[in-house]
Amino acid sequence: MIQPVPIGRQSPDPAAGPAGPAGPWSMAVREFRFWLVNYRRTWRGSIYSSVLNPVLYLGAMGLGLGTLVDAHGTAGLGGVSYLAFLAPGLLAATAMQTAMGESTYPVLASVKWLKTYQAAAATPLRPADLFHGHLMFTSMRLAMNCTIFLVVMTAFGALRSAWALATIPAGILTGLAFAAPIEAYAVTRSKDQGFAMLFRFGMIPLFLFSGTFFPVTQLPAWIRPVAYATPLWNGVALCRSFSLGTVSPAGALLHIGYLAAFAAIGLAVGDRTYRRRLYV
Amino acid sequence: MSDADILIRARGLTKKFGDFTAVDGIGFELRRGEAFGFLGPNGAGKSSTMRMIGCVSPPTGGELSILGMDPVADGPAIRSRLGVVPQEDTLDVELTVQENLLVYGRYFGLPRSVIAARTSWLLDFVQLTDRTNDQVEPLSGGMRRRLTIARSLINEPQVLLLDEPTTGLDPQARHVVWDRLFRLKQQGVTLVLTTHYMDEAEQLCDRLVVMDRAKVAAEGSPRELIATYSTPEVLELRFRPSEHDQAAEKLADVPAGRREVLADRILLYVPDGDVALAAVRGIGLEPLTSLVRRSTLEDVFLRLTGRRLED
Repeated sequence: MIQPVPIGRQSPDPAAGPAGPAGPWSMAVREFRFWLVNYRRTWRGSIYSSVLNPVLYLGAMGLGLGTLVDAHGTAGLGGVSYLAFLAPGLLAATAMQTAMGESTYPVLASVKWLKTYQAAAATPLRPADLFHGHLMFTSMRLAMNCTIFLVVMTAFGALRSAWALATIPAGILTGLAFAAPIEAYAVTRSKDQGFAMLFRFGMIPLFLFSGTFFPVTQLPAWIRPVAYATPLWNGVALCRSFSLGTVSPAGALLHIGYLAAFAAIGLAVGDRTYRRRLYV
Repeated sequence: MSDADILIRARGLTKKFGDFTAVDGIGFELRRGEAFGFLGPNGAGKSSTMRMIGCVSPPTGGELSILGMDPVADGPAIRSRLGVVPQEDTLDVELTVQENLLVYGRYFGLPRSVIAARTSWLLDFVQLTDRTNDQVEPLSGGMRRRLTIARSLINEPQVLLLDEPTTGLDPQARHVVWDRLFRLKQQGVTLVLTTHYMDEAEQLCDRLVVMDRAKVAAEGSPRELIATYSTPEVLELRFRPSEHDQAAEKLADVPAGRREVLADRILLYVPDGDVALAAVRGIGLEPLTSLVRRSTLEDVFLRLTGRRLED
């Protein structure tokens, strides 16, 4: 006995939910919740690596290498131990890595391999909602990883100030300065080759030369302006000033404004690239 | 027919991609409760039309009104009342069957309890209840299609859009999908579908437009189209390849509404196939094989375009 299926009642149905679109944020939240469902399968593994990564780096470089560095005097580091100098820089670099991981392959998978973006585009959600929803999820992952990093830093005794708590929002902002423009770019791709280039020639040089492991003043004078212009250096400097308690309002505002500009430009461009890709 | 019963109206609807015109000034009206089809070969502009109706492809020109709204300005409001089964499956293969419906229901802003209730009867309807908690990845093509249909119904749509619903499925899986779509139709769901299978169009569509090269070539019910553009019966004759051309010439003496000389067969469009076959034999032709059949939409398409549908 097959029950008649109550589909297609051609009358207004109060249980059918809001017919029209809700506010822009609530639409993006619907996409954010999709990513949460998706994350349910992989969150454990991601937490392990989020903990292991700072433990390994702070252990090997902060403590191991740091002992040698500190023995030569720490004046070049501003008078703090190498561990205390390195840790906030690594936190910012981790935010960048998290952001780049979230904003490349998952976006291409959604638009190209799994076509989940096309599926969502057939619902009330607009392309910009999909973009913003994924940035919300990326922000959540950034918050998680920065928090874990800060806890590990604390366990290593690498904090010098209560201001260090502010490294969490600073790390999120650093990550978004990468995530928003890179997602805006990733959604236009049909192959993943550009990503390998982005990691090899973008992320790794930034990781090595943006003041994470040594002060930018150690670089030749002619190349320093390049380092100062990178979003990662601004993120590293901001996080370090919080963690060491050396923050000045003018310096912090400059870094925050610089990072926010990257995020804002990415947001504006991404609204367009998402629409162009999904509304053909 | 009152205006309220016309759910979709298109006039001069056009879609261009650069210099290429995918849809060239087509017009049609979709009425409440009917199953409406776009029949045509690949590349005729069916999917482009479907995507414009689905509000994910802004028209280049002409008028398009969907549920009384403008697809460009009111996209989200229109889409909240449509169900879409795209040509290419867009299920999330990494999620389970049930999670796919949960995610989709949330996109429409439905509360969890409503999604749960609908999920259970929708999976029952598409015969996937025993796969509720399985991942989508290992499901067969037919199962995925059925799940896509279930997903498209989660918001209780006023119009269900199906783009090539059975393309790529084996015959058995096709029949299962047809059966489910037929049930939906019986329950009064308004269906819009594209197909290049004439049997699919004949079985499912109350009314259809034949599309060819971005334009509408004809419009009507399958029966009307056959009555207008073909004869009740068709006599298909096959001759030895060496005799094919000669036979074709001779057959001009047999009275027929129309003659189509194909590479391997000759078709005579006639009111009565057996009478025509007797006449063929009467002028001394003995075909290798002969078949009398009723006219189909394939014959309509051949008449209108000079080509076959599934080449």
